Amino acid sequence: MSYEEKRTWVYLVASTAAYAVYLAIVLGQVASTAVAQVPYVSVLLWTTGASIAGSIVGRVVVETASPSDSRRVDARDKEISRFGEYASRWFVIAGAAAGLVMAMAKWDYFWIVNVIYLGFVLWAVVGSVLKLVAYRRGL
Amino acid sequence: MAVSKPTRITNSIRSLRFAHGEMTQAQLAERIGVTRQTIIAIEQGRYSPSLEMAFQIAQVFKMPLDEVFQYPDGEGGPR
Repeated sequence: MSYEEKRTWVYLVASTAAYAVYLAIVLGQVASTAVAQVPYVSVLLWTTGASIAGSIVGRVVVETASPSDSRRVDARDKEISRFGEYASRWFVIAGAAAGLVMAMAKWDYFWIVNVIYLGFVLWAVVGSVLKLVAYRRGL
Repeated sequence: MAVSKPTRITNSIRSLRFAHGEMTQAQLAERIGVTRQTIIAIEQGRYSPSLEMAFQIAQVFKMPLDEVFQYPDGEGGPR
């Protein structure tokens, strides 16, 4: 497995885990608290930070356990990366568009932030999955 | 961007490597500046290299391009 493929796996796991933790904490509070009072901002920022830190630590751990031949990023890596980003960018666009409409309709900030955040998460997760499929099955 | 299916291009890289002093995938990868996984993907038909990379591979073996890479007849004609 190339360095870039391992990096994609780590990114996928870190992104998914961070969002799962965020959902578990926030949804647990939504059930018992009014949405406007749910302290989601700090949870969002902490889980996003943890995702970034987890990606960095995860890469170090994976490379230590299974060193790559090289850390070179070649033409195939770049093509696969472009493919994943191109195909998954619609989730960011959809999240932003939904957030725009919800803001115009004066929805609570909680829902606007969360639909945009969901768009980013889907972009990261779906893009990573598509890249991993391309690494395994070919472009 | 051709991403919908693996390439129809076939190649003789594996046999050419063995014919050239049992060159390893890592050695070929180093010569043309790609990862070993990219050479594996090309050999297995999971990745179609750029024209430039194809020429680089052919130059390593000192062979014409069409002796390294092949394309099925009737697939590339005018439509």
